[in-house]
Amino acid sequence: MTAISTAPAATREALGRTLVKLRQDGLDIVVVDADLGKSTTARLFRDEFPDRFFSVGVAEQNMIGVASGLAAAGKIAFCSTFSVFMPGRCFDQIRVSVAQTGLNVKMVSSHAGLSVGEDGISAQAIEDLALMCSLPGVRVVSPADVVEAEQAIETAARTPGPFYIRTGRPKIPVLYDDSYRFELGKAHLLRPGSDATIIANGIMVHAAAEAADILSQEGINCRLLNMATLRPMDDEAIVAAARETGCIVTAEEHQIGTGMSAMVSQVVGATAPVPLGAVGVAGRYAESGKWTEVMEKYGLTADAIVREVKAVIERKGGERSV
Amino acid sequence: MVAIETPEELTAKARRIRRHIIAMVTEAQSGHPGGSLSSVEILTALYFSVMRHDPEKPDWPERDRFVLSKGHCTPVLYGALAESGYFPVDEILTFRQLNSRLQGHPKIGTIPGIEMSGGSLGQGLSYSIGQCLAARLDGRDYRVYCLLGDGECQEGQTWEALMCAPSYQLDNLVAIIDRNGIQNDWFVDETMPLGALDAKLEAFGWHVISVDGHDLSQLLAAFEEAKETKGTPTAIIARTVKGKGVSFMENNPDWHGKGPSPEQAEQALAEIGE
Ligand SMILES: Cc1ncc(C[n+]2csc(CCOP(=O)(O)OP(=O)(O)O)c2C)c(N)n1
Repeated sequence: MTAISTAPAATREALGRTLVKLRQDGLDIVVVDADLGKSTTARLFRDEFPDRFFSVGVAEQNMIGVASGLAAAGKIAFCSTFSVFMPGRCFDQIRVSVAQTGLNVKMVSSHAGLSVGEDGISAQAIEDLALMCSLPGVRVVSPADVVEAEQAIETAARTPGPFYIRTGRPKIPVLYDDSYRFELGKAHLLRPGSDATIIANGIMVHAAAEAADILSQEGINCRLLNMATLRPMDDEAIVAAARETGCIVTAEEHQIGTGMSAMVSQVVGATAPVPLGAVGVAGRYAESGKWTEVMEKYGLTADAIVREVKAVIERKGGERSV
Repeated sequence: MVAIETPEELTAKARRIRRHIIAMVTEAQSGHPGGSLSSVEILTALYFSVMRHDPEKPDWPERDRFVLSKGHCTPVLYGALAESGYFPVDEILTFRQLNSRLQGHPKIGTIPGIEMSGGSLGQGLSYSIGQCLAARLDGRDYRVYCLLGDGECQEGQTWEALMCAPSYQLDNLVAIIDRNGIQNDWFVDETMPLGALDAKLEAFGWHVISVDGHDLSQLLAAFEEAKETKGTPTAIIARTVKGKGVSFMENNPDWHGKGPSPEQAEQALAEIGE
């Protein structure tokens, strides 16, 4: 794992500047915005390329429709708003106009998960990954830091077809440096280990790394996979983790049993059944508060991952490599 | 019941609610001052003169309902509810903190008097229609007052509801549009203009009244006219200033959704006055 060298950054900061750079590189990018361009940073693109930036107002359904039409005419159409509103407000538009057509629409949402904090439950997207992963043909990515987010956005721009990329509001440590290469559909091994595997995505990769550190001090060596791409999922890495470490804990800023945890269970159950644990939001809504306090109260912490890892190790019979 | 107040008392209430808004967004260092300040007189008129409601009986079936469709403006709602006596005024300082009843966006079941869970724009008018239809079914004469933002009027669902209400002849429904001309990022006219909103609403079958949304007497007259209007719902287009009452916030898109520094808050409170 690369040492933290840069100042903390929010994954959403990747959007505007990457789109500007890609357009400067000559890609036929257009942006459709639904009045949250300051927050998602998409508005930076408007400053550079005003004629390629289309504002539709607070109208997420129209945003997806307009983006689909632009894509049908050959453009690489990016749209962005908060993760609760896309897919939340415009799911059927995404399903029919984007997923079922396979058009070149790139949906980059921000303010995902509980880490939106003070705005409270209407703004805390904990269902978006399940919704988007349910759509055949849509590539779904939840980057762990701003470097990975930039590369995922660039990959989306350069790869034909629909994408959903989920970014977050708070500034978090930067995990990767420029030597990192994001590979669509491939989990990134952050740490080898054989006692258990933690599979995390997005902001929870940081808590997972912290949990792995705590566990290693107790002699428990966890494999840590950053499962940034949820669709297509890296089944191979999951099956290997099940076979080689004998138990898996998933960690995501999302409802348990509907997003990555459900998808990992499906793969494991069908190939190499082992004890599974899941850290995430447990079938409820949270509340307003400072984002770190909300994450703590609703169990999205390194400690929760540590407890879950110990529990699955217990269930597989307790053997350890040391 | 909340007593009908004199014009001077109403103005004093509005000032107190403005102070509460500043206190909340300053303490929380987040939240939405601009669209809260622009709708202070609208809520003041409703809660302290127009609506039939009783803080002692928040579930009273005959109460008039206020639906905050532009749910991000909780500071003005909490200010009006606290001043009405639905919960202790001191509690406003817990706004947006962990374990507080004062959630960032309204949530039914937190503090009494909240009629709708919100935060996703465009849903309130449909919900209000449902309440009006239920009133008719149950033979009750309560009225429903729904506050929308002008940015919110860009949502498709708003127009679905605008089409629906007149078709059911819901004269127990009043939609108030806070026409402050600014939305999240920028000015409405430069984002997605609404054009001749009054003519559009009239074409949809609404009885439309345009007022200065900071003039309490104009607002009271409009609500009275709405009560007398039979056979169709009334829309009140309230021309307002986003951030009203605080010079550096007025008509400035930067103050849609953030809290002021303590120094700025002090200036704001000084400008609003005691
Ligand atoms: C469906 C939906 N999309 C986007 C948002 C994010 N958002 C919150 S407030 C706002 C602007 C609202 O403008 P307006 O209705 O004019 O409110 P006001 O100026 O009165 O505060 C936006 C886009 C939201 N809350 N709901």
